[in-house]
Amino acid sequence: MHSEARLILGGLTTLAVATAVLVVIPYLTVRDTPPVAGLKPYTSTELRGRTQYIQHGCMYCHSQQPRPKAFAPDSQRAWGRATVAGDYAYDDPPLLGTMRTGPDLMNIGVRQPSDQWHLGHLYQPRAYAPGSIMPAYPFLFEVRDQAEAGETVVVLPPDFAPEGKVVVARPEALDLVSYLKSLKRNYPAVDAASVK
Amino acid sequence: MNTLSILMSAFVLSLVGLGFFIWSQRSRLLSHDGDGSAVIFATGEIGHAETTALQPASGTDADGIDSQELLDRVAADASTAPVVFFFYCCAFVWLLVASAAGLTASIKLHAPDWLVSEAWLSFGRIRTIHLNAVAYGWAPMAGLGTALFIIPRLLKTELVGGRYALLGGALWNAALVAGLGSLAYGVSDGLEWLEIPWQIDILFVAGGALVGLPLILTLLRRKVAHLYVSVWYMGCALFWFPVLFLVANFPGIHRGVEAATMNWWFGHNVLGLFYTPLALASIYYFLPKLIGRPIQSYNLSLIGFWGLAFFYGQVGGHHLIGGPVPSWLVTLSIVQSMMMILPVVAFTVNQHLTLKGHLSALRHSPTLQFICLGGLMYTASSVQGSFEALRSVNVITHFTHYTVAHAHLGLYGFVTLTFFGAIYFVVPRITGRDWPWPRLISVHFWLAAIGIAIYFISLTIGGWLQGSAMLDQSRGFMESVQLTLPYLKARSIGGGLMALSHVVFAAHFVRLLIGVRQVAQPNSTYLAAPGAL
Repeated sequence: MHSEARLILGGLTTLAVATAVLVVIPYLTVRDTPPVAGLKPYTSTELRGRTQYIQHGCMYCHSQQPRPKAFAPDSQRAWGRATVAGDYAYDDPPLLGTMRTGPDLMNIGVRQPSDQWHLGHLYQPRAYAPGSIMPAYPFLFEVRDQAEAGETVVVLPPDFAPEGKVVVARPEALDLVSYLKSLKRNYPAVDAASVK
Repeated sequence: MNTLSILMSAFVLSLVGLGFFIWSQRSRLLSHDGDGSAVIFATGEIGHAETTALQPASGTDADGIDSQELLDRVAADASTAPVVFFFYCCAFVWLLVASAAGLTASIKLHAPDWLVSEAWLSFGRIRTIHLNAVAYGWAPMAGLGTALFIIPRLLKTELVGGRYALLGGALWNAALVAGLGSLAYGVSDGLEWLEIPWQIDILFVAGGALVGLPLILTLLRRKVAHLYVSVWYMGCALFWFPVLFLVANFPGIHRGVEAATMNWWFGHNVLGLFYTPLALASIYYFLPKLIGRPIQSYNLSLIGFWGLAFFYGQVGGHHLIGGPVPSWLVTLSIVQSMMMILPVVAFTVNQHLTLKGHLSALRHSPTLQFICLGGLMYTASSVQGSFEALRSVNVITHFTHYTVAHAHLGLYGFVTLTFFGAIYFVVPRITGRDWPWPRLISVHFWLAAIGIAIYFISLTIGGWLQGSAMLDQSRGFMESVQLTLPYLKARSIGGGLMALSHVVFAAHFVRLLIGVRQVAQPNSTYLAAPGAL
């Protein structure tokens, strides 16, 4: 090979093909998929919680993409139906995830609607899920002698509650729980009108 | 346009394009008598492994090697020495940072209540620090440092504008410090491989451009007619990476599932079109150099190169198999993943044929051991990756530690080991000092090799069992978590050995720097001699 121009042009051509296929065509076809009917935009509290989710890297162990039945028994595990592009219309960035060190969370709000469960589980996952390898997040809480008015006290199973103290949820923990509870895709993926 | 026609047209287009490029480049190659592979040797040098000090006074030396060409090479090395030294020093630092972060993350997976009081030490952050310290610290610093060293040699000229590269390297590292700091603090863009906030990415772009500039200026001042295969890989990588990085990090463009396809277009291409070509270029240069024999088939390397350029770019969609993205895209990526076998086989056959009859050199040269094992792992990880993309395999391995094992086979077994070999070769030539304790190189090699073997085997088995358990709806999810524990612990042991090997490596480097200055002696047969490098 003697010409650097031809080499570089050739190399950039191949990359252009790849970019066209994996970036440009999706940009033109699925980027602006409208939300599926039934999907609500996040509230500001939920969005703050979503930032917490990203900050603490939840997506490195939890996916948000139940797979079709032909693929895996995700729906039998109560993780929900397979998602479609319109389910992520408000997700910026989408948090599809690549690992299932923990379970899929696309419908955790359906499976676990309890604030106290989520808060206790974040404070000490093994309090509610024996054998779990999820890290504990004690820095999202404060352990004090007593709570002040308006604060959320976390009620823990006896073995996990600090003796003589109360565990108070910090705002970050409350935001995160509010986001987790918002994860619900329990409406049809396709609205009935368009099927007909 | 329907799915099938998009798929077929892109596929046919890439095959036709590949055929065209190989044909067009090959016709020029043959007109050059197919001697391109010898361009890395001085006249009369074939048959001799390169030693650290060939500085004969005039004419030809005792072995009949043209001394002017060797002096030119010494001049090329001198022109790159300060820059390469700086890049390598940074590489060492990031290697240690990444090892510490990786090992911490690994232990946390089986000791979830260890070090939980600080947010920056929590798994989600320390794992991300590990990935980014490797992806933007160790791998590019070692790879670009090696490219800065090799390219002037291959072009038989001196590096032009090395100061820009120094400034660029400094900016790049400042960006990485800021990037890792923000990840530790909890500011992240939220996409894997692209976590560093885009505001900081601007610094990377400026730094990267300043590093690339001298290499392009040098390319334009080349004194050889023929561009050696390593130049193809390194030259293209230097253009591919900025495109990938800019498109992927540009704020406000990517949304919804399109952001996910873009994410894996970037995530896989930064491996395939940046680290991989830099490491392959190193193998194509150092392997022949260390055994004193040109690569066997130059035409095969041409197929290897254009095959990689064509197919690798489109494989990223296999990270989204079963996901909410267009199915034609996933299918295309699976097809191209299988097509990757073509360039990989071309490379493997070539490496095998080149080494054939020279295997005894492996016993005496730890550098060659690193390079050869790295090359083997390229084959292994690529072939594994191709099959991992098949739906039937992916349905089990996706979302499991199997993928993590595969990623480390590629980025550690192949890329990192290759760069270790490159650093062992380059450092004596840019510092004028020999490695003080050659035995430590063997210690480093075996710790790293055994470490990655334990790492890979345990996580591969654990990941496969994990995936199988998740597919079996009669088994609770927690079973798929619990059964991985022994394998995760084994991974920490493997990772610990790897980290230890890096400490040995870094300590050896420091000893080389602070030791008594050992200018390599003329006629030293340091590299060629049994027991040495």
